[in-house]
Amino acid sequence: MDSLRAKIIPVTTILLGIVVAWYVLAVFMNAPFQRDLDRRGNVTSGTIEFIGKTLSQPKPIVPAPHQVAENVFENTFLRKITSNRSLVYHAGITLASTMMGFAFGTALGILIAVGIVHVLALDRSLMPWIIASQTIPILAIAPMIIVVLAAIGITGLLPKALISTYLSFFPVAVGMVKGLRSPEIMHLDLMHTYNASAWQTFWKLRVPASVPFLFASMKVAIAASLVGAIVGELPTGAVAGIGAKLLNASYFSNTIDMWAALVAGSVVALLLVGLVGFAGRIVDRSMGARPA
Amino acid sequence: MREASPAVVSASKLGLTFQTNDGPVQALSDVDLTISKGEFVSFIGPSGCGKTTFLRVIADLEKATAGTISVNGMTPEQARMKRAYGYVFQAAALYPWRTIERNVALPLEIIGMPNAEQAERIRRTLDLVNLTGFEKKYPWQLSGGMQQRASIARALAFDADLLLMDEPFGALDEIVRDHLNQQLLELWERTNKTICFVTHSIPEAVYLSTRIIVMSPRPGRVTDVIESTLPKERPLDIRETPEFLAIAARVRDGLRAGHSYDD
Repeated sequence: MDSLRAKIIPVTTILLGIVVAWYVLAVFMNAPFQRDLDRRGNVTSGTIEFIGKTLSQPKPIVPAPHQVAENVFENTFLRKITSNRSLVYHAGITLASTMMGFAFGTALGILIAVGIVHVLALDRSLMPWIIASQTIPILAIAPMIIVVLAAIGITGLLPKALISTYLSFFPVAVGMVKGLRSPEIMHLDLMHTYNASAWQTFWKLRVPASVPFLFASMKVAIAASLVGAIVGELPTGAVAGIGAKLLNASYFSNTIDMWAALVAGSVVALLLVGLVGFAGRIVDRSMGARPA
Repeated sequence: MREASPAVVSASKLGLTFQTNDGPVQALSDVDLTISKGEFVSFIGPSGCGKTTFLRVIADLEKATAGTISVNGMTPEQARMKRAYGYVFQAAALYPWRTIERNVALPLEIIGMPNAEQAERIRRTLDLVNLTGFEKKYPWQLSGGMQQRASIARALAFDADLLLMDEPFGALDEIVRDHLNQQLLELWERTNKTICFVTHSIPEAVYLSTRIIVMSPRPGRVTDVIESTLPKERPLDIRETPEFLAIAARVRDGLRAGHSYDD
């Protein structure tokens, strides 16, 4: 109970601060346009009335928090899930490619890590390429993936998932290399005294020792997957998904919709990272970890 | 009389030189030693005297660079492949994700022992180190002394005749250490194993051993071999007897002669 309160108070304080700062920013940023509008319409309004107007523009430069909240609420709870305007619908589309890309990326990352740890040639050659792969802006490579795959007849979920894979395999590969190499010398020596095979050492020592590293890197990877999925929706002409919604709203300068899509994206990210963390704790407990 | 028993470990002119960035370091030089079946041999000396290195050579964790060594009449590598020994490290080195019984089962899983036989073996070895009732606990739930006992059980699990122990009680407090020393002697008597025991405690070496190998550093070598005249039955208070103190004094002299007390 105390720990809950200890968490809630600081978090709420920060949140409150952000909301206040956001309102101030909204008034400040939307004021010039509102003044312009008032001058043309020959309207004079008092300070309070003017501030109210800056916070209720249909296409503000910075939407006020309540405008975004209203939009999110409306498009999450008041629409049918199948509706094109439903945030749940768009989030679902993005979630599908996120999960697929995350699964591919995790598998690929683990595979690469196993290769690096066990094959000297890969250890020496692969890492620089992996790091180089992450220095290429994803926005540059995403359209190429889409175009190439479309040319061989692969469209839809898979190309987007592959962009997620491209972003998410990296943290898993790096984390798992560290994890598979984490056993102490003594633990390895022990296996040597048993004349254990490399396979036995791998399964009975390296893999269990790497589990905490796996979950830590999967947390990063799933967030990266979501970013990949959203970015993948931008250049693909996708009609659905949080990325498509963002792009569409920006075409029409529909700033409130854009912010609402951003909020939807962050909520999905929070849920996903939380889910991985939760799974990590369950696995940790089943492996006999001391309760924190 | 000891010569009548077959040699478990036999080293002759054994040397080991590590190549380090600061040049070669002679960890072992000209070690001649024969350990017979059923002996309890302690290796004592300051750090850098090669006592742990010698143990690791027996275990095939290091390769000698000079001389010869045989374990059960084979090379250390062949002996390791035949699982000729159990090794106890300075730390318990239990796998934290395994319960105590699964930790003891680890070597048995690796040699592919059938499950029923494993269970029986685990029960027996845990009983041997007085850990019955702690099978389902995880290592962190046990005290340091109990963890080290579990690691001894693990080393005993596949019932090798040779037990190599590298300062197993070095990290424990003296009260726990006394207790474990006693238990180890009992275990040795019940199982009739050959034990090689590395320590830096003179009382521990004298209390436990039938023979004490005094070593000194730079280069690591054997400077004295002391036969214990103590009876096999050793209550803890044997450590106050003149006979015990005389042996301890000889060990200390041996260390001093090897310049182990010099800076």
